Amino acid sequence: MSKLLFFLPEQASSVAGPVDLFFFFMVAVSVFFSALIAVLLVFFAIRYHQSGAATAPAAGVVVGPEPEHAHAQGAMLLEIVWTVIPLGLVLVMFAWSTSLYFTLVRPPADAVAMYAVGKQWMWKFQHPEGQREINELHVPLGQAVKLTMSSEDVIHSFFVPAFRVKQDVVPGRYTQVWFRPTRVGRYHLFCAEYCGTQHSGMIGWVEVMKPEDYQAWLSGAAGGAPRQTLAQAGEQLFTERACVTCHPESGEGRGPSLGGLPGAAVTLEGGGTVVADDGYLRESILNPAAKIVAGFQPLMPTFQGQLSEEQLVQLLAYIKSLGVKPAAEAPAPPATKD
Amino acid sequence: MQTSHAMAEVPGPAPQALDYLNADYGIRSWLFTIDHKRIAILYLLMITIMFVVGGVFAAAVRLELLTPQGDAFEADTYNKLFTMHGIVMIFFFLIPSIPAVLGNFCLPLMIGARDLAFPRINLLSWYVYMVGAVFGTFAIVAGGVDTGWTFYTPYSTTASQTNVIPAVLAGFIVGFSTILTGLNFIVTVHKMRAPGMTWFRMPLFVWAIYATSLIQMLATPVLAITLLLLVLERGLHIGIFDPALGGDPVLFQHMFWFYSHPAVYIMILPSMGVVSEIVTCFSRKQIFGYTFVAFSSLGIAVIGFLVWGHHLFVSGQSAYAGMLFSLLSFLVAIPSAIKVFNWTATLYKGKISWDTPMLYVFGFIGLFTIGGLTGLFLAALGLDVHLTDTYFVVAHFHYIMVGGAIMGYLGGLHYWWPKITGRLYPEFWAKIAAVNIFIGFNLTFFPQFLLGYLGMPRRYHAYPEEFQVLNVLSTGGAPVLGVGYLLPMVYLIWSMRYGPRASANPWRATGLEWTTPSPPTTHNFEEVPVVTQDAYDYPAMEKKVA
Repeated sequence: MSKLLFFLPEQASSVAGPVDLFFFFMVAVSVFFSALIAVLLVFFAIRYHQSGAATAPAAGVVVGPEPEHAHAQGAMLLEIVWTVIPLGLVLVMFAWSTSLYFTLVRPPADAVAMYAVGKQWMWKFQHPEGQREINELHVPLGQAVKLTMSSEDVIHSFFVPAFRVKQDVVPGRYTQVWFRPTRVGRYHLFCAEYCGTQHSGMIGWVEVMKPEDYQAWLSGAAGGAPRQTLAQAGEQLFTERACVTCHPESGEGRGPSLGGLPGAAVTLEGGGTVVADDGYLRESILNPAAKIVAGFQPLMPTFQGQLSEEQLVQLLAYIKSLGVKPAAEAPAPPATKD
Repeated sequence: MQTSHAMAEVPGPAPQALDYLNADYGIRSWLFTIDHKRIAILYLLMITIMFVVGGVFAAAVRLELLTPQGDAFEADTYNKLFTMHGIVMIFFFLIPSIPAVLGNFCLPLMIGARDLAFPRINLLSWYVYMVGAVFGTFAIVAGGVDTGWTFYTPYSTTASQTNVIPAVLAGFIVGFSTILTGLNFIVTVHKMRAPGMTWFRMPLFVWAIYATSLIQMLATPVLAITLLLLVLERGLHIGIFDPALGGDPVLFQHMFWFYSHPAVYIMILPSMGVVSEIVTCFSRKQIFGYTFVAFSSLGIAVIGFLVWGHHLFVSGQSAYAGMLFSLLSFLVAIPSAIKVFNWTATLYKGKISWDTPMLYVFGFIGLFTIGGLTGLFLAALGLDVHLTDTYFVVAHFHYIMVGGAIMGYLGGLHYWWPKITGRLYPEFWAKIAAVNIFIGFNLTFFPQFLLGYLGMPRRYHAYPEEFQVLNVLSTGGAPVLGVGYLLPMVYLIWSMRYGPRASANPWRATGLEWTTPSPPTTHNFEEVPVVTQDAYDYPAMEKKVA
């Protein structure tokens, strides 16, 4: 039903329609110019056909006076026309597609944070409520989802054709993709960046469910609810790895307090500030000496190689769940706070 | 056929006249030649072999994709097949094709020179190519390589278990052959033009080769550096691209595409030059807008250096960098559009004959137009997100590189064949082949645009069933295309012995190369020609006849 044309994937996200619209505009422009060139080519080739004109000079052909100079001005006009019109057209394409792109890459404020890890050759997902999935991602209809993604090995790429979104998943950093599903159903998830032997097997499904079905799924329809939410798992790690000794909630530790940190501007030792986004938090855990917060010593050991990508995500979720110190106001639900 | 026979002439006044082919005999006379024409033949031989090898890999890929299951080959084998198809076709066939064969042969003749500026360096560049080919062959015979021709890190430096280093060294080495050829051409164009051959009297093929040479000189060293860094990381674990070693994998993509996007223009610009030569000759007209066509080559060469980031729209590059690269990628389309319009306008009120080279030009213009326009889809940020790394991209660049570059190469090869060999090819079979290639090409690659929009990722060994119909169509076109490519190999080789002898100027073309005998003598010109006319003065030539 949603398949208007056989080469059109289903439209199952809020951006699918606008992307297709732009695509059809591009197709229309392309068809017009291809047809124009093809028609002219065929017409000229037939209209002015003179067999053997190059190989055997036709006798008695009278060639008129040199036309070049007489038409020099007309020629210049033509050159200008066929430079300026395409130029105008590509600028329209540029403006339209760029505004589309900013919609595609900027998650809306109400987006729920979920996490993906790519590895040879599977996709692992974590929900804020603690559910973990492999090669399947359940999401509620109509709810914007922001996926923060990382890779355990090589570059992968998260691609859901029905959503018209794609984003590379790069080792050593976070990348983000967001979508708002608009149609219930199961949609292909592909790895779009070549990643080795089973690249074409690194596929899965995104299952869009009605919100009530999703809630039922969350609360255990698929084998029981998890013991901990993502943030709770992170809190446990935070204690087990003794992070808490230097970063206590009181804010009196040897390291800076983490309450209210995500998204805030941090002043660094030696001048400069940095926004504490996911990438900064990741770097500060794995390579703490890279950026030292003003007023602190570079004492923290590195956790490079000691935390899995999933554990990192749990720590991130925990840090995001911390309220602004010292519990001045009730922390917002972890899922929507970002 | 008939026209060919009509043009057949007695070889010339002195039947025993020495030309570059019979001036000397024996294998040594070829392997140690410093004649640009003979070196062109050496290249022709090698790239033809490479084209066959790359074509066999392509056929295997299409065979596997006939069914959704990965059943014809193991996954690893399939990954090696498409990788080696890409490496062989790009580094060993497409990049050297027109410059090293037709450019090598024609450039000195077209500007009235006796040879290239550095004949020994020219021979050296062929040997460097051969060394690269040895490494490439070793990589294949030793078990192949599976990284994709793009060698993306960290897969290529850490994960791949295949012969990455030999394959990378093959690309590294053959790059130097390209650099040497480019250098040679640039110096030749600057220093060796005959009296009166001013810049704006040069044939547009020379302009195109010149622009190509600039790219080869300036971009290829970056590829060399990039590949060397890759080898250092893979071989010695020096962290450059692998994040586990403190490197940045996206840095590799920037460096790789800084070369490899301009490399696309290395492949297509010479083809555009060929089109300009043929379209004028077979419509008996001066080219429409000579200066626009000439400068658009330089425009493409310059802007082409600044668009590499459009390969990284979903790689995690900043959105604002993406914007800039998108805008520049849109702009690089303009000089290409100018060329297409000027060629089309050249046909207007011409005297158009449908000889084989012209058929290839018709094919080129049509396919390149589609290839160029679909490039705009990929320059568009918001749309590229969906299309990148799908079969849409595969279709797009095959329209440019096969529909464009190879059509131009074959057109040029037929156009200059009488000059190169002194023989005429059979026109009837040549026309059949040209039409055959055009049809086979579209059957093979057009369905891939649809597959791409539908969402089939590239480099997939197995695929979901809904993609099968279009894949079957594509695979069905491949044998048609294959036959189209086999035909010229057969009849061109046949014509070397049995083809009617060609006159000095069988196409009644302008251009200094046609003032020499077919085939030319070793020193090209008995006396240095003096140029008094603009290029493509076909109206004057027609008047003379009348």
